[in-house]
Amino acid sequence: MFDIERWQEIFDTIRKNKLRTFLTGLSVASGIFILVILLGFGQGMQNGISEEFKGDAVTSIWVWPGRTTIEYKGLNPGRRVQLRNENYQTVQSMFDGDYEKASILYFPSNVKVVYNNDLLVYDVVGTNGDLQRIENEFLSAGRYINEMDVQENAKVAVISNKIKREVFGHLDTPIGEYISISGAGFKIVGVFGEYGEEEGEEERIFIPISTAQLAFSGSDKISNLNFMLPEMESFEATVQKNNDFTARLLTYLKQAHGVAPEDDRAIYIWNPIHDAERFYQLMGGIKLFFWVIGFFTIVAGVVSVSNIMLIVVKERTREIGIRKALGAKPWSIIGMIMHEAIFVTAISGFAGLIFSMGLLEIVGPYVEVDYILNPSVNFNVAVSTVLLLMVAGSLAGFFPAWKAVKVQVIEALRDE
Amino acid sequence: MGSNSLHVLKGINFTAEAGELVAIMGSSGSGKSTLLNILGMLDEADSGDYTLDGVPIKNLNETKAAKYRNKFLGFIFQSFNLINYKSALENVALPLYYQKIPRKERQVRAMKYLEQVGLKEWAHHLPSELSGGQKQRVAIARAMAAEPKVLLADEPTGALDSTTSYEVMDLIQKINDQGNTILVVTHEDDIAHMCKRIIHLKDGVIEKDEKVTQVRASQYV
Repeated sequence: MFDIERWQEIFDTIRKNKLRTFLTGLSVASGIFILVILLGFGQGMQNGISEEFKGDAVTSIWVWPGRTTIEYKGLNPGRRVQLRNENYQTVQSMFDGDYEKASILYFPSNVKVVYNNDLLVYDVVGTNGDLQRIENEFLSAGRYINEMDVQENAKVAVISNKIKREVFGHLDTPIGEYISISGAGFKIVGVFGEYGEEEGEEERIFIPISTAQLAFSGSDKISNLNFMLPEMESFEATVQKNNDFTARLLTYLKQAHGVAPEDDRAIYIWNPIHDAERFYQLMGGIKLFFWVIGFFTIVAGVVSVSNIMLIVVKERTREIGIRKALGAKPWSIIGMIMHEAIFVTAISGFAGLIFSMGLLEIVGPYVEVDYILNPSVNFNVAVSTVLLLMVAGSLAGFFPAWKAVKVQVIEALRDE
Repeated sequence: MGSNSLHVLKGINFTAEAGELVAIMGSSGSGKSTLLNILGMLDEADSGDYTLDGVPIKNLNETKAAKYRNKFLGFIFQSFNLINYKSALENVALPLYYQKIPRKERQVRAMKYLEQVGLKEWAHHLPSELSGGQKQRVAIARAMAAEPKVLLADEPTGALDSTTSYEVMDLIQKINDQGNTILVVTHEDDIAHMCKRIIHLKDGVIEKDEKVTQVRASQYV
């Protein structure tokens, strides 16, 4: 019900008690402001950490061989383990459906890359098409290595944006150009880029794995075996799946290469998910920390609003007595005090909200610190905290008002 | 209350006619404040009847008491009890707010009463800018504004010097001359004698109830 007389009465009171109103408003507004900024930076950290992990697919698994360190089944330690195509084929049939993508890499040694009589110092990597997803690379132009290239031993190459810039900067596009790798001409068919800050992984030229093995005396050798697992419904389930897969894969590979089960130097495995897990835990911790601080900020806001309301009502006890003597009904007095409390907390709460969200909105996109990216806050969360403060403020106003109304008029008006 | 209960009033029986100006006198502890609280519906008697303008006043809840106070009673206090952040005019208009009278009309009516107490020019001043006598006159105007049946004045001159006291009593006499019923609680003899009837209270009973010849306050002003 809109009662214009009540509103006029409240505006009168507010206008004539500016300091009191200002202090109440300030404590509410600053509480909301601090909370929103905190939550915003919590979110910013989450964004930033997620960005750092864009370099490789989080669910990827990387396998490469080392040397045995333990004597096993009559085989000497110090033996070099060599992965071969048949391992990949067996894995494909053994683990079919367990993984989303699989790729094999071969790093030919002693290759010489030449373009226009200039020697280029980049790595040459033989691979198949699935690497793109596992490495989380994007295509800037042309296409990636595909199945057909592998089957036909095609002499095609995919270069990185960095190489394009450094070597082919004078051309509109490097696609269609030929580079010579140890004397054989390879046609450039695509340009890729890496997410994330580092360009270290953009030092590579990709060619089909079959061509690499064939042309650079690799026969059926594999340097590196990579997989990408599907993401499960929860992070824990994904980690679990990853661990299972890794264990089974290791068992097979160790068996196939005569490696002792307890030998952990013969075959190396890298799971980005375990790094990610640590970061997600850290991030969860940081978020919790921000929430705890935010919670106590709100508690402090509630306490200070309650405090101010207590003092306000105390200060107005005499006025309440006067109003009662003049015929004010109890509820009209309680209503007036709560109306004022709700009005002041709402206005200042939303002012703090708008100010802090505006600040995040304007400054957020310009924040360029490691691990913090585009701090922002969930609008619903922010509005709920304002509503919480309003409820707290009005409750804090209600009880003292209720008590004040119960005081005998004569007592309220007694001279101090 | 339990075992600490104390009978302050022990049988008070009197009737005030319309248009009377009654002084209630007594030393402290005589029960005059309690009597005034009961008359002002701020407290209720353990037993006995209180009839105001033919309406029995008993078993009141807070809301009903508030309504009756607003309609029947006007209060004048020793310490004025004006709301300090409201101007004289707004103070006088406040009882009308609780009668749900629209703002414009409130102000017109409040101004009329302020004019009656001679403070029209001070209408927009805050209480802190007024002298004690002026404050009490604002309070009297406020008590009058709701057009009550009875004005209850609790030591209305208690905080004022004698010249100002007589000015205030002069005003109260003039209001009484217009036909308003007024009860004045006081412990000052000269103030009591400016009323038409004096009820002496002692230890919770009426010691003496006498009609007196009214001394006009105007002769001292």
